Amino acid sequence: MEISMILIPAAILAALGAFFGILLAIASRAFAVKVDERVPLVRDALPGANCGGCGYSGCDALAAAIVEGKAPCGACTVGGDAAAQRIGAIMGVTVEKKQRMRAQVMCSGGDAHATKKYAYEGAQDCLAAARLAGGDKLCPYGCIGLGSCASVCPFDAIHVENGVAAVDYRKCEGCGSCVAICPKSLIRLIPYDSAHWVGCMSQEKGGTVTKQCKVGCIGCTMCQRVCEAGAVTVKNALAEIDYTKCVNCGKCVEKCSRKIIWSAERQEGGLFIHRL
Amino acid sequence: MSFTDILLLMFSAILVENFIFAKFYGCCPFLGVSEKPDTALGMGMAVTFVMTLSGAATWAVYHFLLEPFGLEYLKTVAFILVIAALVQFIEMFLRKFIPALYASLGIYLPLITTNCAVLSAALLAIQNEYNFISAVAFGFSSALGFTLAIVVFAGVRGKMEFADPPRAFKGFPITLIAAGLLAMAFAGFSGIKL
Repeated sequence: MEISMILIPAAILAALGAFFGILLAIASRAFAVKVDERVPLVRDALPGANCGGCGYSGCDALAAAIVEGKAPCGACTVGGDAAAQRIGAIMGVTVEKKQRMRAQVMCSGGDAHATKKYAYEGAQDCLAAARLAGGDKLCPYGCIGLGSCASVCPFDAIHVENGVAAVDYRKCEGCGSCVAICPKSLIRLIPYDSAHWVGCMSQEKGGTVTKQCKVGCIGCTMCQRVCEAGAVTVKNALAEIDYTKCVNCGKCVEKCSRKIIWSAERQEGGLFIHRL
Repeated sequence: MSFTDILLLMFSAILVENFIFAKFYGCCPFLGVSEKPDTALGMGMAVTFVMTLSGAATWAVYHFLLEPFGLEYLKTVAFILVIAALVQFIEMFLRKFIPALYASLGIYLPLITTNCAVLSAALLAIQNEYNFISAVAFGFSSALGFTLAIVVFAGVRGKMEFADPPRAFKGFPITLIAAGLLAMAFAGFSGIKL
């Protein structure tokens, strides 16, 4: 066996490799695209959860959008104020202090409270169930309880308990993925520290509500009358709390005739919920 | 090769000898990126792009470099090198000159480096002793067949989202079964000899 039988193929492959190597080296110079050096810095300041809560496909896309000026520095809901300040420092702008938000399911009507109009046996998905006469609960505003929100939550912070989705505040980062998917638009983002919320979204009149659910807001306006800060208003037979005015006094909770204004207390390890 | 021959070759490569359903090449991207029709179409476009160009490049490397030196047995190694370099080059080129296409292809473009369908298209073109034009046509139409398969399958998977299979079949098992059924449907073309 001649040595050239090995050398020639090796030389040709090496030449081919070297040719492509040089070609790529030239191409990378010739086709160099200027990338803003702030993009990787902003990317590092973001949490990297790729949850999509900001409306972009991931943290990389948001970083590019922030540097291009298409998105505000505080666009990341998960990173919260800390990330917004870091990004502001990179971009050379001052960022207003950002409030941390959490998701809250505005429904209390679990299997024990809400009346059902039929037995649903289809795909275990709220979006599918909502297409069948708006879900199995008689109340058209009620939580379907099949956990579409739980399946989209990137932080495992939302779970269905007794037929109603509930948010685990220790895990919730306020990304808003669940808000976007809920077919009933029942999930709201509220300030992280807010202690009270109305666990109902029903705009039906009092009589109808009592037939549909044991724990629905009937719009009796007791909460509105008792609130000294003027934060609670009843509109369309539904109480609503204005969190810019609420002082967390808890008077509405005491007076609520249907016991559907929830109250939470800040304790070690998160918020402690007082059940109805 | 006449124009009719090339048309027949293309038809055969798209339907009868479909890369995924008849030859089972490129199953990884087929299963990996067929969750949504638009990403599937993006992957198909990227594969078409690379496969057509690599068909031309590998044909040239084989006939002008390997054959004169009697090194036909090196074609697999050489083609992998050519395809990897080509994908890198195309990525840089697109990024500079067609950023919109680059952004829409995204992660799929570098992934194609390791797509066996691209390599097998190049190798089959040599094996079947195609001339330059039919080698390029073969690469292009094989990739069209790949695109057809992946987009059709993405539609099937979209329907399966709302199906409620038995627990043991949920997720990947039912996907593989659906892929098998689709392959059987494409087997209907196999009787056609062109």
